[in-house]
Amino acid sequence: MSAISQVDVAEVEVQEGLWTAIRGVLRERTAMVGLAILVLFVLMAIFAPLLSPYDVHQASCGVFEPPSSKHWLGCDDGGIDMLSLVITGGRISMIVGFAATLVAMTIGGGIGLMSGYFGGWVDTVLMRITDYFLVIPDLVLMIVISAVWGPSLSHVVIVIGILLWTGTARVVRAQVKSVRERVYVKRAQAIGAGHWRIIVRHVLPQVGPLLIANTVLTIAVAVFDETALAFLGLSDPTATTWGTVMEHAFDRTAVSAGAWWAIVPAGIAVALVIMGCYLFGQSIEDALNPRLKVAHLSPRSWRLRTLVGRGPDAL
Amino acid sequence: MSLLEIRDLHVWFDLPGGRELHAVQGVDLTLEPGQRLGLVGESGSGKTTTALTIMGLLPSSASAAGRVAVRGEDLMPGGENGFRPHRWTDVAMVFQGAMNAFNPVRTVGWQIAEPMQAHGTASGAAARARVGELLELVGIPAAAAARFPHEFSGGMRQRAAIAMALACDPKVLLADEPTTALDVMVQAQILELLGHLCDELGLALLLVTHDLAVVAQTCEDVAVMYAGEIVERGPIDELYHSPAHPYTRALFAATPDLYGDEAVGSIPGAPPDLSSPVIGCAYRPRCPVAFEPCVEQRPDLLALSGTRVAACHLVHGSRAQA
Amino acid sequence: MTELLSVEDLRTTYPTRRTFTDRLARRPREVVRAVDGVSLSVAKGEMLAIVGESGCGKTTTLQSILGMVPTAGGSVLINGTDVTRLSSRQMRPLRRHVQMIYQDPYESLDVRFKVRQTVEEPLLVHKIGASKAERAQLVRAAMVRAELTPPEAYLERFPHQLSGGQRQRVAIAASLVLEPELLLADEPVSMLDVSVRAGVLSLLDRLRRGGSMGIVMITHDLSTAAHFADRIAVMYLGRIVEQGPARDVIHRPQHPYTKALLSIVPRPDPRERSTGTILKGETPNPRNIPAGCRFHPRCPVAEDRCRSTDPTLAPPAHPVEGTDPEHLSACLLA
Repeated sequence: MSAISQVDVAEVEVQEGLWTAIRGVLRERTAMVGLAILVLFVLMAIFAPLLSPYDVHQASCGVFEPPSSKHWLGCDDGGIDMLSLVITGGRISMIVGFAATLVAMTIGGGIGLMSGYFGGWVDTVLMRITDYFLVIPDLVLMIVISAVWGPSLSHVVIVIGILLWTGTARVVRAQVKSVRERVYVKRAQAIGAGHWRIIVRHVLPQVGPLLIANTVLTIAVAVFDETALAFLGLSDPTATTWGTVMEHAFDRTAVSAGAWWAIVPAGIAVALVIMGCYLFGQSIEDALNPRLKVAHLSPRSWRLRTLVGRGPDAL
Repeated sequence: MSLLEIRDLHVWFDLPGGRELHAVQGVDLTLEPGQRLGLVGESGSGKTTTALTIMGLLPSSASAAGRVAVRGEDLMPGGENGFRPHRWTDVAMVFQGAMNAFNPVRTVGWQIAEPMQAHGTASGAAARARVGELLELVGIPAAAAARFPHEFSGGMRQRAAIAMALACDPKVLLADEPTTALDVMVQAQILELLGHLCDELGLALLLVTHDLAVVAQTCEDVAVMYAGEIVERGPIDELYHSPAHPYTRALFAATPDLYGDEAVGSIPGAPPDLSSPVIGCAYRPRCPVAFEPCVEQRPDLLALSGTRVAACHLVHGSRAQA
Repeated sequence: MTELLSVEDLRTTYPTRRTFTDRLARRPREVVRAVDGVSLSVAKGEMLAIVGESGCGKTTTLQSILGMVPTAGGSVLINGTDVTRLSSRQMRPLRRHVQMIYQDPYESLDVRFKVRQTVEEPLLVHKIGASKAERAQLVRAAMVRAELTPPEAYLERFPHQLSGGQRQRVAIAASLVLEPELLLADEPVSMLDVSVRAGVLSLLDRLRRGGSMGIVMITHDLSTAAHFADRIAVMYLGRIVEQGPARDVIHRPQHPYTKALLSIVPRPDPRERSTGTILKGETPNPRNIPAGCRFHPRCPVAEDRCRSTDPTLAPPAHPVEGTDPEHLSACLLA
């Protein structure tokens, strides 16, 4: 093993597998906090029926009742317990977020891979298509789709997926293009390996971790997009999501009634999920890209030591 | 009092998990004006770290001890603040890969003038004139100062890097692998330039390289480094014709000679891992003539004859048991 | 008996980008003539060293032989088959017979693959070895041939756990596992420590002396070529300007470029300081190939006729005593 004799801290220790990378990420405190938040919300979503203290379809308290010991977050305009709404709403919000991200990742990953690997006219065509999707205004598209086919959650998932895949495609394409030029890929080609083998065994493992980071960050955007669309009334009004909860509250004059507990909790929930995604996603990205490390720009200088017990050396 | 004196230099790097890498283990060097010393070693020998320490350019993960004196003044106790006033004005460096380290959005002339601005030695028209002078000195037309780095070839950029190093009129020039990425013809041009500059400006040169032949071309003296320490030092002529240390001998044997007929040798094994303390002689596992004292006792760098020193038990006779 | 490798008048070009104004003016697309008429041959048991500076086309020549870049003319016969005429699909089974070793041992191995996987991969690609055990056997044999013994000590390691020399041997083992006849090596030791180079070069030397393999090695280091190669070809701006038996080229150079190169090689003996012919100017760019003899702008002994006549590779008109008849050069004054 050669000594560290370079000043350049961007020399990175090569990862021998996904596990080493994961272990590295989990050492970061911000990553742990982010992951903890996400896990908490996912568990909350899974066990929503068990966790909700009240049924979300039945009134259990007065209109806009303020928070009390029986109803921790008060009630909404229909007398339905707010805490149960937030917990149940989380389930659909998260599902929509994850589903939309899955759509985005599949489309974006596939297109990015093809584009980056084959280059040439395939790249040009696919990137032009990506550009067209980039300029589509989200709201307009959603309005059109709900006007034509009616508002529903699956439409929301599709729309968000269609809007978000472009980001993933670009990230994947950049990484694939760079891996493509590496000597070991050229060597695999020289051996006679076919495209499929090279993509699966050599390119994807290098793209995978970056794709995961991108996915986590995309989930944040998807959850936010769903909330925003629901808030604007473009989602299925019968579904219980954080967005629709806030939308109902706004619609039914919670603001003038001063019932902050009808609006704020759902909003905080969305913010927390997004924060969790970013903390975790960014840590993965930082771990994968050594150039983002800025240790070598540290204002700390090297340290002086005194030698103990050394006599004058013969010259 | 020497122009540059390094005495008992030690450098450690922090490793993850609380361990340390003892990259430089007690190096002694002196340089007089006009002297050309080659510092030779393979990867991991600590030669680049030694050069960077002379400039005080270690990362925050490093700690150092020892004496680094320019004209008798020890710079180490002051840390970064001790080194900065002397950096570039007394001791300048051409870094490894310097030709690729130019700022692509600034003209070459601007970049060569930058150290002058930073140290306040010249500015404005005076700086521009000096830039022109420096470019001519390294063999580039002065008008090229207005060009950008990408318009220069590799060889020209390396010359520009040398010009930049000379901007504040230093007395000592450190060159770390100045010709490694260059073609042989350009390499010859750069080495000729370095020799010429030393003669004309009275510069002292420390040439850090892995290539013994390059040192033989350019320098009179050479210090061979292995595992963080100097194992032999002296005039290169003597080292070539009668190498004392087995590593020196093996290194010459591994350097193919164009017209020679001897088989080219290689050294089995690898240098020791410097994150753990070395017991006895660091070269012993690979040494064909190691004997009993080499196992436990670390050989000291002792005088052989004239200015020659070597760190080998065999050469000096085993030390008497105390 | 067919030669292992026979390259005839190979030409390989790279297209340059056309700007919009170029297209408007309908200027023809310019090409960079990276390889501009190269002929060479290698027999089994031989090592040919191609020497030259950057831009001379040596790497492109190797890439053309390997079939990784499309050629613009000439032929490359490997065991009698012209690989320049084949589609990539037809080429695939032939890749068993030609393997390449790359310059950078830190980049040429996939860091996620264990040594065993790297060496096994070619077998899987070409569907050799009916069972895992059989493949394991072949892998071990290749490792032993590459002098990575005992193989068990290396099989389960990752590249970052190995030294540069060991990685290069792994790359060699991965090339040997298919038992190729032709091995191409692009500066195989230039990124290794000096003390390790001779080991790898001797390995290559031993491999070809076995008689079943021929090697073409690119190196910028004439001293290495002198010690390890049978024959040397000196390239300049896409052409071979001198070729012949290694000893002859080194001791009785004919072309001024070769003479200049030899004169400036640094020697480890300080008493043999070269007072060589350092050519002026930069290494030339294949975009601007001079008319006539392509070396004439930098040639210390160029005459008028060199500006207009392009010399061909031929035996010298006035050979020095003892010159090998196979020793050719492309110089009007030789």
